[in-house]
Amino acid sequence: MMQVLVKDVWKSFDGGRIEVLKGVSLEVAQGEVVALCGTSGCGKSTLLNVISGLEEVDRGAVRVAGRDVVEESTRVDLLRHHIGYVFQLHHLIPDLTLSENCLVPVIAAGARRQQGLERLHELAEATGVAHRLGQRVRELSGGERQRGALVRSLMNDPELLLCDEPTGALDERNREKVFELLLELVRSRGRTMIMATHDLELAGRCDRRLRMRDGTIEGESH
Amino acid sequence: MILTNLRRHRVRTAIGATGIALGVATMLSVVGLLGGAVKMFEQILRNDSQMVVFEKNVSDLFFSNVPVTLAAELAAQPCVKTAQPVLFAVIASPGRSIITCFGIQSSDGRLRRGKWLQGSVAGFKDDAVVLGERAAGFLNAKAGGTITLGQGSYTVAGVVRMENGFENGGVLMPLPTCQKAFHKDGLCSVITVAIADGHRLGEVRDWIANNRERFSAMDNDEFSRSYSQFQIIKVTAWVVGGCAFLLGGLSVTNTMILSVFGRIKELAIARVCGFSRGQVARMIFGESLLICAIGTVSGCMLSWLVLLGLRAIPQLQGYIEPSLGWEEVASATGLSALTALLGAMYPAWYAARLNPAQALRFE
Repeated sequence: MMQVLVKDVWKSFDGGRIEVLKGVSLEVAQGEVVALCGTSGCGKSTLLNVISGLEEVDRGAVRVAGRDVVEESTRVDLLRHHIGYVFQLHHLIPDLTLSENCLVPVIAAGARRQQGLERLHELAEATGVAHRLGQRVRELSGGERQRGALVRSLMNDPELLLCDEPTGALDERNREKVFELLLELVRSRGRTMIMATHDLELAGRCDRRLRMRDGTIEGESH
Repeated sequence: MILTNLRRHRVRTAIGATGIALGVATMLSVVGLLGGAVKMFEQILRNDSQMVVFEKNVSDLFFSNVPVTLAAELAAQPCVKTAQPVLFAVIASPGRSIITCFGIQSSDGRLRRGKWLQGSVAGFKDDAVVLGERAAGFLNAKAGGTITLGQGSYTVAGVVRMENGFENGGVLMPLPTCQKAFHKDGLCSVITVAIADGHRLGEVRDWIANNRERFSAMDNDEFSRSYSQFQIIKVTAWVVGGCAFLLGGLSVTNTMILSVFGRIKELAIARVCGFSRGQVARMIFGESLLICAIGTVSGCMLSWLVLLGLRAIPQLQGYIEPSLGWEEVASATGLSALTALLGAMYPAWYAARLNPAQALRFE
């Protein structure tokens, strides 16, 4: 079964004046790691938002894990149990602790707190932020924040990880560390990842690279 | 999550809760004070009786004119144990513009129930008056002395400590003396009626309806419910309290709007993490309800302190007998919850309808 199926998707903003996606089609199989490459404004982030259901499409179809991303209830369920999202900026809540931030998806899913805490400690150990869980986000370094965001995205053990420039705001050393971690976590668990990136070097380490231009996928390489 | 959010924004939470606390405190204080005043007046009317007879269709008992002879007629009925005429009036003395005055007979229960501090009931006749303890204080009068009330001078027959604030701050006059002072010869304001054992209240009501059409007989509870002055006071109390609540509600709405607008990005993150629109709305309503709960508890304590403080003011002693029951507290709590829900409606709607993708781009 295809993990993600995007078929002839069109998406515009500002009442149709700005067309961002122009008939995009895409298939991603379970366990694949796919990079979306392209210049700023080519539609990478919008495509990820469309796949996650954060943006509604104008035309076309999006299916994740065999389910149409149309109904609000489906979108919510997918975001709770099936999709993890990592952004370029960590988007952690600054005056909460890292631990509190990471438990937000657990609360959303209505899972047991104890279960959530066990998972949190396991992931925090794996990402090297276990000793920082009690710290407020504003007290963490950039790399720690992004690793924290990674932990949060994996809290409900999603099948699909969507990453929008996950290392874009990090320095060279942290960029490498976070990406390695990301790949390891995804591959070791057999999860699917779609990552938007400018970085061709990082994209080269993915299973597939899709080149986006002006709202369309113009090619791919393995 | 709700608790964490409120804890993170302590000042905002405190401002919202303070608005509600002031609303609750104002409402309970006003309702308590005016309710207490109504209760005190009800006690005056009860006076060991179960019924009150008064002139029909008068807006205020001070304007009710009932012939004293009716008391004797009522007393002669087998269903009546006692019938006490009472004349209500307001009089002035040098330096005191309003003193409540009760024209009563020497057999009236008030004189028996009060604690005599000076003088005795034997002196309560002719132009001799009995003063409530507080009235004796502000009139600077003692038993055996003379005081000026209105156009006349009166001997003080005694000083009595009365439980009722109005009576304790008032003057008890022999009924004929009071009638003369207020040009109401042969009249009283009401007749309080105690029912003989084994008889029904309805018998007196029927007797009045059949024999004295100009007058009305009501049992005390029915009178309290229907007397327009009491209703006006009660409605005023709730309207004033309601207005205070409205302001409190605006404060909560403002707090919640600020709270939502101040964390648009956070709400978007919550949506990305799997919060549904309903969960977001419930979170906002929950925060609002919790703010109101904190405000309600604080408001109850504040009103208790205010009423305690007012009772401690020497000038008001005796007049402030706040009456707050569970109904008033429950009403204030209910209004508070309603305010929380109404106040959070727009912010919750706004938060639930946020587009997370757009909101994450929001700076």
